[in-house]
Amino acid sequence: MNAKGSVFKYGDNVDTDVIIPARYLNSSDPGELAVHCMEDIDKDFIKKVKPGDIIVAEKNFGCGSSREHAPIAIKAAGVSCVIAETFARIFYRNSINIGLPIIECPQAAKGIDAGDEVEVDFDSGIIYDRTKGTQFQGQPFPEFMQKIIAEGGLINYINSQE
Amino acid sequence: MGMTMTQKILAAAAGLPEVEAGQLIEAKLDLVLGNDITSPVAIKEMDKMKVKGVFDKDKIALVPDHFVPNKDIKSAEHCKCVREFARRNEITNYFEVGEMGIEHALLPEKGLTVAGDVIIGADSHTCTYGALGAFSTGVGSTDMAAGMATGKAWFKVPGAIRFNLVGKPSKWVSGKDVILHIIGMIGVDGALYRSMEFTGEGIHNLSMDDRFTIANMAIEAGGKNGIFPVDDIAEAYMKEHSSRSYRIFTADEDAEYDEEYTIDLSTLKPTVAFPHLPENTHTIDEIREPIAIDQVVIGSCTNGRLDDLRIAAEVLSGRRVAKGVRCIVIPATQAIYLQAMEEGLLKTFIEAGAVVSTPTCGPCLGGYMGVLAEGERCVSTTNRNFVGRMGHVKSEVYLASPAVAAASAVLGRIACPCQLPEA
Repeated sequence: MNAKGSVFKYGDNVDTDVIIPARYLNSSDPGELAVHCMEDIDKDFIKKVKPGDIIVAEKNFGCGSSREHAPIAIKAAGVSCVIAETFARIFYRNSINIGLPIIECPQAAKGIDAGDEVEVDFDSGIIYDRTKGTQFQGQPFPEFMQKIIAEGGLINYINSQE
Repeated sequence: MGMTMTQKILAAAAGLPEVEAGQLIEAKLDLVLGNDITSPVAIKEMDKMKVKGVFDKDKIALVPDHFVPNKDIKSAEHCKCVREFARRNEITNYFEVGEMGIEHALLPEKGLTVAGDVIIGADSHTCTYGALGAFSTGVGSTDMAAGMATGKAWFKVPGAIRFNLVGKPSKWVSGKDVILHIIGMIGVDGALYRSMEFTGEGIHNLSMDDRFTIANMAIEAGGKNGIFPVDDIAEAYMKEHSSRSYRIFTADEDAEYDEEYTIDLSTLKPTVAFPHLPENTHTIDEIREPIAIDQVVIGSCTNGRLDDLRIAAEVLSGRRVAKGVRCIVIPATQAIYLQAMEEGLLKTFIEAGAVVSTPTCGPCLGGYMGVLAEGERCVSTTNRNFVGRMGHVKSEVYLASPAVAAASAVLGRIACPCQLPEA
């Protein structure tokens, strides 16, 4: 499984209120949520994002609310992977549970810039910056989560256990 | 090796003699919670599951509180979805408008959360119930769906930070100031993935409402949960509110903590978190230039309880909200509302020129009942001051205690009650 795309870069503490503002939480439709994804931090994000693109951010990405609408909006916007120095824990769980691949890698978070073309190999955890020719080793998922991801999310995983 | 309080609760719920930080476990759940924003997504997920129905209709709580009473048609549809699900599955603890309150104030009041419980809720402030010695943590809608179906959830056992509280807070210092001080000290990711365990003799000087406020904002430091030991104050609360039996877990003497801090409550000052992060804290005496405000919100799962309303009323009594300032008071539950009415607090608010609302999360997350326009500034007793949190992307939220919020409403600028002229 791979991700490949150009990078949108953000800083520390990107919270779920800017990923998907609460004024849009009267909907739970992924398509509707995607239209407003990142609106309060980057108005042009949704105009520019292409299927497969990658978000790279620094510390504590996804902090704040437990709204699963945040990873849902990111995934529905076409983003194939989020790389960050660290993730807030509820966002991390939610992303795995809905099948949005996310990888913690402090070196990649620092070394990759906006607009870089990046490839991620989820099996090895290797992140390759094609623009710069640099490579980073991301933290691979624990075995438990690999099973959830392999099944395509928590609900399928539970279904497969029965 | 010794275990923390959190680790002991998780070990018991996983049926294991002991657990250690980093271990993945599957734990039995005592309560699964959702609200009007997160439950519809969970209900959709449940429909995809092979297991039909819920694991235990008495162990699920559905509390429409965010955009309720319905703020618009889409919100009404969400609430309808939750209501119909509750009816279909005969959910005991579904709370309709009239019974409903803000979930994290309501559930302890209804006796649904007690010491030793393992609780997940599809709301990040689910960590509130740690005030009663429960393990409770926020999750997303998919985890909520899985929890409702199976009665179980997986957890990575957290390490912990210990906060040893000593001393007694002074007159205008409350639980809100304690937790803002801590978040200012360790940062919004200072407790990432970990438990925040509060201990020490200073806890006896904190009311239950103070403790709920402190545990509530553990998430604002990135914490997985916040937890207090169970003392006579917590036991008295549970006996008053719940018929359920509870189980008290205490940390081992040799429990390991990643970090330890001692905080002398007597040295704390009223504290305000400036935009746009809860860690941007300043004590009131550090504010040199006047910061003019447009709105004050007193309420939320953080500070909408009786102690909060009492202190706000004490400050507002015989005084007026400054001209040009809107002051919105939101009792967190119907019981709190009623008690506030009986004690004359609501009269004080209205006479001071504040408005009083039915319980709702409303303005805290910029939903309704106090959304800010461009350039407006609010002092709020809520929990987050992120960009756009209460409305326009160029509005500002300053987080503070009910005492500071009420004093700010009177003076029209951020202030402490000690700065007010005699009423």
